[in-house]
Amino acid sequence: MVEGEVLLQLGGTDEPERAFGALKHIHLLSIDRGGRKFKPGEQSGGRAHLRGVNLKPQGGVMRTVRALVAGIIVTLLAAQPALACGGLVAPDGAVNLGRTTTLAAYHEGVEHYVTSFEFSGGGSEFGSIVPLPGVPTDVVKGGDWTLQRLILETQPVERTSLFNAVAEDAPAGQSATVLQEHKVKALDITILEGGGDAVGRWAGEHGFQLSPDAPEVLDFYASRSPIFMAVRFNLDRARKLGVDLGDGTPIHLSIPTPNPWVPLRILGLGAGPRERIEADVFLLTDERPNLLPLPGFAKALKLDYSEAASDLLLADLRSDKGMKWMPKSDMWLSKIVVDGTASELSHDLAIDPTGRVTPSAVAAGLLDVIPELPPVGDETQQWWAWTIVLMLGAVVWRLANRFIGSAS
Amino acid sequence: MRGRLFLALGLLALFGAGCRQAEAGAPVIAIEIEHSRFDPAAIRVEAGSTVTFVVHNGDPIAHEFLIGDAAAQRRHETGTEPEHGARPGELSIPPGETRITSYTFPSDGRLLVGCHLPRHYDYGMRGTITIR
Repeated sequence: MVEGEVLLQLGGTDEPERAFGALKHIHLLSIDRGGRKFKPGEQSGGRAHLRGVNLKPQGGVMRTVRALVAGIIVTLLAAQPALACGGLVAPDGAVNLGRTTTLAAYHEGVEHYVTSFEFSGGGSEFGSIVPLPGVPTDVVKGGDWTLQRLILETQPVERTSLFNAVAEDAPAGQSATVLQEHKVKALDITILEGGGDAVGRWAGEHGFQLSPDAPEVLDFYASRSPIFMAVRFNLDRARKLGVDLGDGTPIHLSIPTPNPWVPLRILGLGAGPRERIEADVFLLTDERPNLLPLPGFAKALKLDYSEAASDLLLADLRSDKGMKWMPKSDMWLSKIVVDGTASELSHDLAIDPTGRVTPSAVAAGLLDVIPELPPVGDETQQWWAWTIVLMLGAVVWRLANRFIGSAS
Repeated sequence: MRGRLFLALGLLALFGAGCRQAEAGAPVIAIEIEHSRFDPAAIRVEAGSTVTFVVHNGDPIAHEFLIGDAAAQRRHETGTEPEHGARPGELSIPPGETRITSYTFPSDGRLLVGCHLPRHYDYGMRGTITIR
């Protein structure tokens, strides 16, 4: 197993009861500790740094080859930035942001979403909520080196250093419906369906302490897709499994969807409007994709890499656990670097994997979901049509101003 | 949630002077909390009046409604009280719930209202109460 490890150092944790654990990912939400109200000053901020990587070679010729590949990757990645970390909302609400790494691959109508959750120690629990474009058909432990190998592929300069689902009935009212529950190593993963309010309530009832911007952000996502993934770190199971500080657990979701998108706005959950958000998003598609918003036009996005994926890369990725779905050739690799303030990251990233059409502005979070026309008389329909035209005009005007502003 | 909203409306009717917008001298003011904002966020009251606030929390997270001057807001920001409700003008409101409090205003001045759960005040959960 090859995993980049990140150690989150938290200041002000001398007192045992103030030490807390962290599950680091896209964004993190603290788990309430017994309903106590925490105030600023109880917990100081933290910082993340690379601690190192582990390698657990396996037996057999193939395993030896894999271990060799992994070993090379480990060596080359010795000075790479931290993987798959993200905003951390501590019990006092303070946010510590790191860099997130995610792969969103799209092939034969299925979005493969690979990311990693890392445990950074302590005596409490943390969780994360990730919006999804659809209901996953599979949630499994991700491959051991996929994310690291992608970083390596898109940062060639660095090489110079060396060469089961459980369905539950939805409770009455606005409660979220639990679609699936999975356990992957020390992670408890729940796939939820519901509106922003319902998912927020579910999160609160299950110990997640949501930040003040969470209601708006959850509504933002729920209007487009009511599917969310809640992830929490199970401390007891971590102890039994011997999960160490900084150990990462990659997760691989297979999500059938006609409109793939990657959640980006969620990266800024809990962050102040001026706080910087950094992330790397890798895309693997059958063709060179069209993206919305266009990196470069959107202030916080930059297209850092866009080339046909090499057969060597695809072979390496296919040799990782759960990556056999990938074709042996003919895929396009893109790397989107997210680097901007939380206020600039008010959208997601929509993908047209065919490269032939413009991705959905709704999927990108640039346009609100248009309500269906009411099946009534012509006069009312005209009223709705004019309302929608005016709304679209306002959105286009706003986008034009934003792009002009970013260009200047 | 809808039932609770009706409950809030019923409470307003009970007090006999429910209104969506803050009005000078109104004995009852309805406050809606959504997306971690107070609506209305600017309130005007008559000097020396006792006003009843009916506060509905439409968010899935807990909030507070705390009336006080700047010094009081600072105390709340660094305080550790887990619950409010015993003192006039102070409420803790669970998700989707409605709470009521009454407050007698002084003869003049300007007060603030805020939520001091972690990061809520900085996020924008604050408002002003002008006494005239």
